[in-house]
Amino acid sequence: MTLFGIEIEWSPIWLTLEIATLTTLVLLVLGTPLAWWMARMKSSNKVLLEALVALPLVLPPTVLGFYLLIIMNPNGMVTETLSWFGYEGQLTFSKTGLVIGSVFYSLPFAVQPLMHAFETIPDRLLDAAATLRASFLDRFRTIVMPLARRGFLTAATLSFAHTVGEFGVVLMVGGNIPGETRMVSIAIFDHVESLEYAQAHLLSAMMLVFSLAVLMLVYGLNRKFEVKVG
Amino acid sequence: MKSVTLQGNLTLDLDGFVLDSGDFELPLSGVTVLFGRSGSGKSTLLRAISGLDKRTRGQLMFGDTLWQSGKQHRPTAERDIGFVFQDAALFPHLSVRQNLDYGIKRLPKGKAPADFDQIVERVGVGHLLDRDIGFLSGGERQRVAIARALLMQPKLLCMDEPLSALDWRAKAELLTLIEELVESLQLPVLYITHDPMEVERLADQVVLMADGRIQSVEPLAQLLNRADSPLFDHQGAVSVLQTHPLESGDVSQVRVADQILSLSGARAAKGRRPSKRQLSRVRILARDVTLALEDPHKISTSNHLVATVAELIDQDDHSRLVRLKLNDEQTFFAEVTHDSAQRLQLSPGLVVFALIKSVVLNR
Repeated sequence: MTLFGIEIEWSPIWLTLEIATLTTLVLLVLGTPLAWWMARMKSSNKVLLEALVALPLVLPPTVLGFYLLIIMNPNGMVTETLSWFGYEGQLTFSKTGLVIGSVFYSLPFAVQPLMHAFETIPDRLLDAAATLRASFLDRFRTIVMPLARRGFLTAATLSFAHTVGEFGVVLMVGGNIPGETRMVSIAIFDHVESLEYAQAHLLSAMMLVFSLAVLMLVYGLNRKFEVKVG
Repeated sequence: MKSVTLQGNLTLDLDGFVLDSGDFELPLSGVTVLFGRSGSGKSTLLRAISGLDKRTRGQLMFGDTLWQSGKQHRPTAERDIGFVFQDAALFPHLSVRQNLDYGIKRLPKGKAPADFDQIVERVGVGHLLDRDIGFLSGGERQRVAIARALLMQPKLLCMDEPLSALDWRAKAELLTLIEELVESLQLPVLYITHDPMEVERLADQVVLMADGRIQSVEPLAQLLNRADSPLFDHQGAVSVLQTHPLESGDVSQVRVADQILSLSGARAAKGRRPSKRQLSRVRILARDVTLALEDPHKISTSNHLVATVAELIDQDDHSRLVRLKLNDEQTFFAEVTHDSAQRLQLSPGLVVFALIKSVVLNR
């Protein structure tokens, strides 16, 4: 398929969407209990945890990528341990590595909205549900999730969009293997390096439209799903 | 037969506040009010009793059922309690009907819910069923919360300051509702308040709390009998008398110690019917009681009770509390000045006429 006479490269686009989807799923599964735990935490450790979760916001992505590269190196402890559990292959310069890197990179974008959503849910609603014979998981499913749905929506969309837009971590951890680790942002960088401005323009414009659409979706849903607590 | 009680000894260490109840035994009948200043640990004790705080330690027996032993505790869901929170705690994303159904859906198979229509009608939420929670008034929210709790057919109803967030009109209506429910459902109630008025109207027994500890558990009459009762606020001493309805069915009057009392205030005028009940309570402020040595006829006050002076108690403020005894052994207080007490030569054993300006029906 061509657009404005330029061949669209689908491989980095599909890869990007795949990595972003996987990352979002992993973040929702891991981020929900983490955010719940942090939201109900009263000790002073909460400050440290909040800061740790927010680190990727301020750290240059290359720093994060560099440390992940060290930790996930093929002869390192993490890869060795995984291989005992039957994991074949290496973490760096692979899709798995990209997802792991993206999870760390996008962590604050999932945890912060969830945490804030959980914090606005009054404890007494959960107490009331407990006196009405609801177990913890039951309370979480029937009280917390509906009341925090804006938080879940925001967390999912922002993690997805942020993963789509990452560059530094991907470059450090994934490299630039076409079809394997070459995501859209890397492809654009490549095109610019090779002075292929037309291709760079096309991919960039697509990213621009996509990002704008996602953000409008988030704000639109936020308005629609407004939940009053009280 | 030994009556069923809730007995135990609970501790709960929160950051900056420690509940250490001491041994307690509360009768599981009528209304037990937990009374004390804010910060005295009333709510913490109720949460500990309900199993809502996992940090609770100690012993707790509900009748023959073990609710807590050391760290081991029976989950709240299995304690068969209904809980009404201060601000109702209705689920904002559900309709009134869905709120009411929430607990019913979760009852174990063997346990039938209460008759839905009957409870809904009795609590007065029938017309609200399809409303959104956001469109309810404070009083309506609290009614829904009460119905939601009662539908579970609890063995114990816990109420944590259910009226404190309401305006006076809603408060008066809800108090009447709670009185009626308590009487008709025969359900033991643990009720938290810091308002002496609510205690005097609802309580059968009172748990006094201070500094996270239970100070005493005593019947209301006994507590009101103390000249320094913690229930007395800026209005001074208050007495509550148990009275009987008149055979004639006249609802504006009641009988106490073979004498007739006329009720004052809107509650009598509105035609609430104490005659339905065996006993009803009237509330008398000591400062509304005037003493006379002979029965004055040309006077606007219509209630003249014959009573015997039992005790004179000096107050800080140059007044004296006179404990008066009726011939059925019930006592009540009159407040007189030091001078008046001397002029009338009040002393124990003297028969006086107590002229009572205002007699308010409690229940």
